[in-house]
Amino acid sequence: MTTLLDVQSLETQFATSAGIVRAVDRVSWDVKQGETVALVGESGCGKSVSALSVMRLVAPPAGRIVGGRVLFKGRDLLTLSEEEMRRVRGREIAMIFQEPMTSLNPVLTIGRQLTEGLEIHLGMDSAAARRRAAELLAMVGISDPQRRLTQYPHQFSGGMRQRMMIAMALACEPPLILADEPTTALDVTIQAQILELLKDLSRRLGVAMLIITHNLGVVARYADRVNVMYAGRIIERGTARELYANPRHPYTLGLLKSVPRLDVPRRQRLDPIEGQPPDLTRLPAGCAFVPRCHFSVERCRLERPPLREIHIADHVAACWEAERVAKTPEPQHA
Amino acid sequence: MPSAAPAVQGEGAAAGSSEFLLEVRDLIKHFPVGGGLLGGPRALVRAVDGVSFAIRRGETLGLVGESGCGKTTTGRAILQLDPPTSGQVLFEGRDLTTLDEAGLRDMRRRMQVIFQDPYSSLNPRMTVGQIIAEPLAVHGIVRPTAARASRVRELLGRVGLLPQHASRYPHELSGGQRQRVGIARALAMEPSLIVCDEPVSALDVSIQAQIINLLEDLQRDLGLTYLFIAHDLAVVRHISDRIAVMYLGKIVELADRRALYEDPQHPYTKALLAAVPIPDPDLEAQRQRVVLGGEVPSPLNPPSGCVFHPRCPIAIDRCRDVVPDLREVRTAHRAACILA
Repeated sequence: MTTLLDVQSLETQFATSAGIVRAVDRVSWDVKQGETVALVGESGCGKSVSALSVMRLVAPPAGRIVGGRVLFKGRDLLTLSEEEMRRVRGREIAMIFQEPMTSLNPVLTIGRQLTEGLEIHLGMDSAAARRRAAELLAMVGISDPQRRLTQYPHQFSGGMRQRMMIAMALACEPPLILADEPTTALDVTIQAQILELLKDLSRRLGVAMLIITHNLGVVARYADRVNVMYAGRIIERGTARELYANPRHPYTLGLLKSVPRLDVPRRQRLDPIEGQPPDLTRLPAGCAFVPRCHFSVERCRLERPPLREIHIADHVAACWEAERVAKTPEPQHA
Repeated sequence: MPSAAPAVQGEGAAAGSSEFLLEVRDLIKHFPVGGGLLGGPRALVRAVDGVSFAIRRGETLGLVGESGCGKTTTGRAILQLDPPTSGQVLFEGRDLTTLDEAGLRDMRRRMQVIFQDPYSSLNPRMTVGQIIAEPLAVHGIVRPTAARASRVRELLGRVGLLPQHASRYPHELSGGQRQRVGIARALAMEPSLIVCDEPVSALDVSIQAQIINLLEDLQRDLGLTYLFIAHDLAVVRHISDRIAVMYLGKIVELADRRALYEDPQHPYTKALLAAVPIPDPDLEAQRQRVVLGGEVPSPLNPPSGCVFHPRCPIAIDRCRDVVPDLREVRTAHRAACILA
C-alpha cells in the first residue's frame, strides 16, 4: 500500500493566558491508501487539533502550526496557498465533525449544502449536482431523498444529520476522510448504524479514513492501525490487534484496564488511572505520564522517551520501561 | 396499561415494606406542547408513560436507555423537580406526590442528585467550600461557621479531595475533581438516596473508573441507595445490582444484573447489548452484527401496540395492536414483550 498522508513532526501551538500550549508536539503519523487509522486519546491530548492542522483549519491568531510537514500524495499541504488549500478541502480530504448541527449551515437547505461542493469542485451544473445529491442521500440510507433535499438541518434527527455529513464528505469521492468523533454525540444503536455505514462505504469506494475517538471499542471494531496520544504526543502505535493484545505503554495499558467491559466477567473493582489529566501549560521535562505512572523510574523524570520499536516491527512505544510493562500479568483478556 | 402494584409486589414487597427505600408506581409524566399564542394544536409528549419499580435499601438500580427514552425525566419526577402527571412515589414510606412544599423540603434532605455535567451544575462564582457548605446553611443543619468549615473538610476527604481545594473555584479543577465536588455537595445532607444522572458520561475514560470506584466506596461506607441513570451499558453492568431498560417512556425489561446481561429477554435489550463495541479486535472480528434499523420514534406520537414494534426484528402482526405488560417471564425477571 502506498502512503496517502504522511504527517511529519507536526507542531501546533496555542497562545493562552496561562502560556503556550503545545497541543500537538512534533507528532508523526501516516495513513496508507484505503486504510483506517485511529487517533485515540482523551480530551486535550491533541487528536482533534492534529486533524484540524492537516486541514489547515487551526484558528489564528491563538492557534498556529509552527513546524513539520503534512505530505498528501507527496505534496506538503503546509506550503500551499489558501486558494490551493480550498481545492484540497472536500475534494481531496473531507472532514466529518462530532456535532453535525454546528457544522451544517442552518439557513441553507440540505440540497444546497450538498450541491455546492459538487458544483465548485466537480464543475457540475445544477441539475446534475441535484441528481448526484439525491444519490448520495440514498447511499447513506436516507429514504425519500428528493423531499429531504428541500428540507433544513433542523428538520433532520441527530442520526440523519450525521448521515448527511457523511454524504457531504463523500460527495466528491475524496481519497481520504478525517472523522473526528463521528458518533460520540449519537445513541449506541445509531452509532452502530453510522459506523457500519462508514466502514462499508470506505471498503466499497476504497476511501482511507482517520478516525479520531476516545472509544476503545470503536477503535477495536474499525481501525487497522492505532495511534495513542497523550499530552500532545503519540506514545504508542501499532496494529489494532497487536496494541490491544500487547500494550507496551503504561497509559495504553491503563486505558484498557480502566474500562468496564461486557465481554469479560464483572470485576469487583475497576482499575482506574489515578491522578489528573496533564496541564499542557506545565508539562514536566521528562515523560508527561510520570505523575500517574506505576512503572516510572528516575530516568522518566529527566529524559523524555522517544518512540522506539519493541516486541515486533511496526509496534512502537515511548516508554523507557516498555519491557517491564509487557511483563505485568494481564487481567484484560478473560 | 400495565398496573403498577403487581410489578412491585412481584419483587416481594408489601406496600410500605421497609425493605424498599423507594417505590415508584405507575409514574406518568406528560408534557403539553404547542397551543399558546399561535394556536396550534396541543399535543402531549409522553416522556414517562407508566413506569413502576422499587429500590431496596443499599441497592443500586441502573436505569438505561437511549436519549429521549425518559430516564432523566423519571429521575426528575421522582425527586419532584418536575412533579409527575400521575402515579405514586413512595420514599421512606411516604408518598412524595402528596406532600406540600415544606414537607418536600424536609424529604429532599434525604434524597440528593448528582448531575452529568459537573461544570454547569456548580456555581462558578462560589468556592468549592462555599458550594459544599451551602446546603448545610440553607437547611440549617450545621450552624456555626467553624463547625461548617470542619464538616466541609471532612466531606472533601470523603470524596478524595484535599482541604486546600475548599478555597478553589470550579474552573480551577479538572472534570473529575468537579464531579467529586458535586458528590461532596450531595453527601453534605446525609441522604439515603442519591439519583445519579449520567454521573460519568462527561468524563474522560481514565477518570470514569475513579468516580465509579468512589461511588461504590461511599455506598459501602454510608449505606447509600442509588438510582443510577446512564446510557453506557458496560458502566451500568459494573455498578448496578438490578437494571431497568427504558424505551420511549416505558420500562421494557427489569432484572438482576446477571440475568439481564447473560439472558436478556426483550429484543430491544438484545439489540442494545449487540450494539456496544468491545475493546478487543479479535472478538470484534468474529462478532455477529445485529444492527438495529430505524430511529426512536417521537414520544409525541408513539407507535400503537408495543412501542418497539416498528424497529423490532421479531415483531409479528399482534405487536401492532397489543400493548405488552411488563410481566414476569423468569423468576424476578420482567420483560414487556408478548414473545418473551
